[in-house]
Amino acid sequence: MNLTLKIWRQKNADDAGEFVTYQANDVSPDMSFLEMLDVVNEGLTSKGDAPIAFDSDCREGICGTCSLVINGTPHGGQKATTACQLHMRHFQDGESITIEPWRARPFPVIRDLIVNRQAFDKVIQSGGYVSASTGGTPDANAIPVSKENADTAMDAAACIGCGACVAACKNASAMLFVSAKVSHLGTLPQGQPEKDQRVLSMVKSMDEAGFGNCTVTGACEAVCPKEISLDFISRLNRDYAAAVVKSAWKGK
Amino acid sequence: MNLNSNIPSGPLASKWERHKFDMKLVNPANKRKFEVLVVGSGLAGASAAATLAELGYKVKCFCYQDSPRRAHSIAAQGGINAAKNYQNDGDSVHRLFYDTIKGGDFRAREANVHRLAEVSRQIIDQCVAQGVPFAREYSGYLSNRSFGGAQVSRTFYARGQTGQQLLLGAYQALSRQIGLGNVQMFSRTEMQDLVLVDGHAKGVVVRNLVSGEISSHSGDAVILATGGYCPVFYLSTNAVGCNVTATYRAYKRGAAFANPCYTQIHPTCIPVSGEHQSKLTLMSESLRNDGRVWVPKKQGDARKSCDIPETERDYFLERKYPSFGNLAPRDIASRAAKEVCDEGRGVGPGGLGVFLDFEDSINRLGENSVQERYGNLFNMYERITGENAYKQPMRIFPAPHYTMGGLWVDYNLMSSIPGLFVLGEANFSDHGANRLGASALMQGLADGYFVIPYTIGHYFASHDQFKPSTSHAAFKAAEEEANTKISQLLSIKGSRSIRSMHWELGRLVWEKCGMARDKEGLANAIQRIPELREEFWQNVSVPGSANELNVALEQASRVSDFMEFGELLCRDAHNRDESCGGHFRTEYQTADGEALRNDKDFSYVAGWEYQGDNKPPILHKEPLKYEEVKMTQRSYK
Repeated sequence: MNLTLKIWRQKNADDAGEFVTYQANDVSPDMSFLEMLDVVNEGLTSKGDAPIAFDSDCREGICGTCSLVINGTPHGGQKATTACQLHMRHFQDGESITIEPWRARPFPVIRDLIVNRQAFDKVIQSGGYVSASTGGTPDANAIPVSKENADTAMDAAACIGCGACVAACKNASAMLFVSAKVSHLGTLPQGQPEKDQRVLSMVKSMDEAGFGNCTVTGACEAVCPKEISLDFISRLNRDYAAAVVKSAWKGK
Repeated sequence: MNLNSNIPSGPLASKWERHKFDMKLVNPANKRKFEVLVVGSGLAGASAAATLAELGYKVKCFCYQDSPRRAHSIAAQGGINAAKNYQNDGDSVHRLFYDTIKGGDFRAREANVHRLAEVSRQIIDQCVAQGVPFAREYSGYLSNRSFGGAQVSRTFYARGQTGQQLLLGAYQALSRQIGLGNVQMFSRTEMQDLVLVDGHAKGVVVRNLVSGEISSHSGDAVILATGGYCPVFYLSTNAVGCNVTATYRAYKRGAAFANPCYTQIHPTCIPVSGEHQSKLTLMSESLRNDGRVWVPKKQGDARKSCDIPETERDYFLERKYPSFGNLAPRDIASRAAKEVCDEGRGVGPGGLGVFLDFEDSINRLGENSVQERYGNLFNMYERITGENAYKQPMRIFPAPHYTMGGLWVDYNLMSSIPGLFVLGEANFSDHGANRLGASALMQGLADGYFVIPYTIGHYFASHDQFKPSTSHAAFKAAEEEANTKISQLLSIKGSRSIRSMHWELGRLVWEKCGMARDKEGLANAIQRIPELREEFWQNVSVPGSANELNVALEQASRVSDFMEFGELLCRDAHNRDESCGGHFRTEYQTADGEALRNDKDFSYVAGWEYQGDNKPPILHKEPLKYEEVKMTQRSYK
């Protein structure tokens, strides 16, 4: 099939950027979306032109590196699918496709379709962990965890930190990302001792990074390639409220 | 060069305990005076960086990805082995040790493997404490499954995303140390060179992938945890960014490269669909617990799988290896699949595939149970192929997946360069000629959490320490070399794309040094690769400049190392006149087509020493001594 691509090109963080149109011809339906871009890039580099810069690594939907807004939707709108796992059989011959980077203030564009997502790392650094230094831990079966809780924790822990939730949100809120980590650790017995401090620190760090507020439109859940549930945002709100009340009580 | 393994004396089972006592310690108050540079942030790198920082060392950690959480360890699916014997099915440290030695076709060091089996138990404890959500039974206790090459259930897993959960555990531990200011993290930063001062590894030269700036970092020791070299085959299950650059450039600075010919071809990957393909996708080996591998008995049978009656199917793994069946080790399962495809009985496009069929399991367990175990893998398969594996069998074919070879290290994980330590897939140490499933995660975390924190202290305490300034001449010279190489790449301005050159190299290496190898083909590759390299340096096109985010330059730089490394790989395979594990030389096989080892002449680790551009490297041998285990012909029948 032949396609027309309108792709965001931006030399660096300071450049204004613009859409540039490219043709992609003889695209096979078995190609992944990124392989289609590889072929376009091969044409560009062999002519000595700068390839379209985009992020990708594992190309099997787990590392969370790829980050394309395709026709207005982060990751391209196939249910539970990252851009690297999106295949060209979902497109029609002659179609025009618009490709943009994540657009959110806390994720500035570095070049073309590549953004800087270090704000997510900062949020985790502020408290998204269990402080269990290496060694001295009890036997793994010492503390049973109900299957239900283990499954819920795993549902939340499946987040790949790609940032599609932020890109889809009109407020660029990171609540789905933060709630996934808070819920993952907060559901497990190992995460209990730091539960309150964790949620307070992570929310503070999220606000400081410039992510917007959540109005529960659910746009994040709709684009999440790992189908992280909006329920975790409710859990985050509950845990946050409880932690605020407790800390106010302690303050007295 | 003397490849002294420094294996401690004493009985095998107590070597590590004793060695831990014999090693010198660094006083807690003195640890902050030592700075460690960790390159790579996967399981091995992140766990090492976090643990060393917890102990009080100053740490700098570098990764080429935009975040340490994205390292390719994240893609491991199936699980992690540990000798916990929670299933009461006969497992023990000794059995895990023995399975690993045997699985590696008697080409690994006994002492290292025994230590790995010992610390495997602590790894699970550590990960659970970090909040890794391993699968559990209704009782609340941890669940296990079995994996290739073992007859006990010792594999811990988190759905089909075990690597992801373990990496996030290590990433979170690392993040905590970054937040506390104990680790300085440099993401989107790629190592260009290793710097030696007075014969010790004392720093690295790196390139900031956003600004293009080349800079130096000095430290008291350097740790490479930069993964394997599968993309030398171009198509592999590795991430597209995985590369040999860090380890290869350390090799050029004098680190011995060990057993590069031990490469693992994983039997259960989605077959190639076309030339555009950028990578191959693995379907976890755990699928072989419930899937049956078969091909039609007749050559060129083009009927649909459902139209082929039971009597006309050849369940070739169950037929050839009745006691292990579909769970035969990876090298054996891959070669068996290649054999039936070579006989013209392969399925799918080009006859390069075999069926992995879940019909019996779905009938036995119900679709829901199968979905619970493997749902995400079935979804992934459908996304890539457009086929529903609940209704028809999957098609699978072997693909390069893991590399057992790597930089040579001694028992303390130190390379042949003092002060340069190598962890995880980047070293050669524990898997011999073939790695068993669910053992990579175990080794990466063993090295990072439980081995290096002890052995690096011993190195610091037993040498006079000095940390040179980055204005030292050695740093300036290495920076200069890195800059020169980059400007050379940018000045070629040829007409071939980087991808096409990489693809051509990969196809050559796959054909001559893939699942089956022979002396003549390898000799041919050793001659062809330098020609290809010459063409690369004459005719590749690398657009853009050095001082910007330049994806083409990054790729070209990595491919330029593969262009040299591919030759080293073939040389090692050419030298090893035997078949063992993942290294199968067609001249050396038993009457029924199994690998035929030559223990008399080849029970050694081959360590290669660099001699300069376009000069053959020198081979050094570390003899493998088996004190505990009797070397036998490996049998899974």
